[in-house]
Amino acid sequence: MGTISQNDALFEYLIRLADDHFILGHRLSELCGHAPMLEEDLALSNIALDMIGQARVLYQYAGEVEGKGRDEDGLAFLRKEHEYHNLMLVERPNADFAHTIVRQLFFSLYAETLWQALAVSNDHRLAQIAAKAHKESIYHVRHAAEWLIRLGDGTAESAARAKNAVVTMAPHIGEMFECDEYTTLLSEAGIIVDPSELEAAWRESINPIFAEAAIDVALLDVVPLTGARQGEHTEAMGHILAELQYIQRTYPGCQW
Amino acid sequence: MVKGAQVTKDHALEMAWEIATKVPDPEIPVLTLGDLGVVRAIETVKDGRLVVKLSPTYSGCPAVQVIEDNVKAALKTKGFDCRIERSISPPWTTDWISEEGREKLIAYGIAPPKISSGKKPALFERDNPDCPKCKSGNTSLVSQFGSTPCKAHYQCDNCHEPFDYFKCL
Repeated sequence: MGTISQNDALFEYLIRLADDHFILGHRLSELCGHAPMLEEDLALSNIALDMIGQARVLYQYAGEVEGKGRDEDGLAFLRKEHEYHNLMLVERPNADFAHTIVRQLFFSLYAETLWQALAVSNDHRLAQIAAKAHKESIYHVRHAAEWLIRLGDGTAESAARAKNAVVTMAPHIGEMFECDEYTTLLSEAGIIVDPSELEAAWRESINPIFAEAAIDVALLDVVPLTGARQGEHTEAMGHILAELQYIQRTYPGCQW
Repeated sequence: MVKGAQVTKDHALEMAWEIATKVPDPEIPVLTLGDLGVVRAIETVKDGRLVVKLSPTYSGCPAVQVIEDNVKAALKTKGFDCRIERSISPPWTTDWISEEGREKLIAYGIAPPKISSGKKPALFERDNPDCPKCKSGNTSLVSQFGSTPCKAHYQCDNCHEPFDYFKCL
């Protein structure tokens, strides 16, 4: 790869972070009206709102950094599948409630750790976005952690489903902490924290939750999937985009 | 402003502040935006227009757009032409809810934020709010998220009243 400018790297990083929040926010929004009970319907929809709100400010900033006139809607709705650089974790289907909760716990713990680190970024705008999002992410972690404990330490059925969900999501842990030339450039400039430095804190946080949930942490040690940050996806992504982009593709520039 | 009224710039800003802070919150109409602490500043820019700086409560709060539109409309009916600026730094905190606002919340049946924010709550730590009806501290969490992102859902174990709790942020 040729030389990357700091501006290019920042754009790429903001897109990754925005895509993570946007796609997971979309996934959670699919549960609006379909969650197992009313309280969860409200909770998951509220978390979806937080995540889409966080994605919006990141897309707005990314559009300004890119400087090609793309706004938040252009970035959110009018890119092709390989141009989305989100974690494959966030596109996993909601499946059963245990899958929804495990996916959320893995991501929210990562986001909480990341936002905290980014709140002291040399990039003033990113630091402002992070400081606000960090406070919100704490509640997301608590919500998912408490549910995993209830499921893992619940009935034989809920425990089996919780373990099954952990096994499904475990290959996606590694992608959260992957580094490449973009993250190296930005971490050397003090704009971001090197993603690999977040892993220890993430594991330290998940250990007591798994202990309470009576789930073996050894389930997390599997060969990680890779390629998400370069635009690779699971089969689920195409289906998400078909629904997500339908209106903008059918009625270009449509507003409501 | 009434046409021809002799108003100084400071007086105009004061009037605009009065108007903006008296706008009710669309989600919790007993609170004004002033009670919530979301009106951060009002300034005049060169062309004489006003810039109103508002803090969103949560990044994804759907009321943000409505709040901005309402402030704009309220100022417009009094003759003020303004531009809204979204201010995210410092991030809005429940510590900015006024004492009066907290009392209005209790009277409305919502428990106001208890512990001071800025402190990261430990994962399994519990600090339950008092019941806004019977004031008992014997309450339990029903759901971390209530009817809006800013609230959690509790129930009083003394009088059995279900109630919303305005979460610390």
